[in-house]
Amino acid sequence: MGEGDKATLIVHSGEFDKVYSALIIGTGALSMGMEVSMYFTFWGLERLKKNELDKGPLSRMNLFGLGKWMMKRKLKKSNVREMDKLLEDFHELGGKILACDMTMDIMGVDKEDLRDEVITDYCAVGTYIKEAKESDVTLFI
Amino acid sequence: MTKSKKLDVLGETCPVPLVETRKAVRKSSPGEIIEVIGNHPESKEEIPMAVEELGLELLEIEEKNEQWRIKIKIPEED
Repeated sequence: MGEGDKATLIVHSGEFDKVYSALIIGTGALSMGMEVSMYFTFWGLERLKKNELDKGPLSRMNLFGLGKWMMKRKLKKSNVREMDKLLEDFHELGGKILACDMTMDIMGVDKEDLRDEVITDYCAVGTYIKEAKESDVTLFI
Repeated sequence: MTKSKKLDVLGETCPVPLVETRKAVRKSSPGEIIEVIGNHPESKEEIPMAVEELGLELLEIEEKNEQWRIKIKIPEED
């Protein structure tokens, strides 16, 4: 694998559809042979809490949960793989999940609240910049 | 005899055919042939892209009645 065959994603949003997109892009990039790191920060970090991965609202037309319920029905009907399964795939294909240390501090999130088994490491902005510099693709979601 | 395996992704949609192909490739040994069968139209275009990116050999693409079949070979070790 040559240098630059790397994708670095910041998952800043915790909304259902945005986290879904991030996971699909992440697993997709791994499938194309890239190295992938996903940095979960701010509202994104909430999704790494136990049993919270698919609990975010829709970013638009959530309609107090009705929109999300309809979206979930459509996803199921179209046989789209569930978020948890995508995260498993991401892990199996060697993707890295990084949790932002500072967010944990300001939002009062303890390590015990998070799914430690899926988190590769806890880090700060310097780690992201270092990886982003080596990446061909970096996204802020 | 060449080792080969089949991967059925019929009815699966983005990104599953691509992801399952990648998983199968990771679990294969040099020289092995993987036959992927599916019907997600974009994946018929994208799996060959991944094959190229991964430095694998594309042996065959066949399509019949909206079903496609892609044969991939894992390169032999030098």
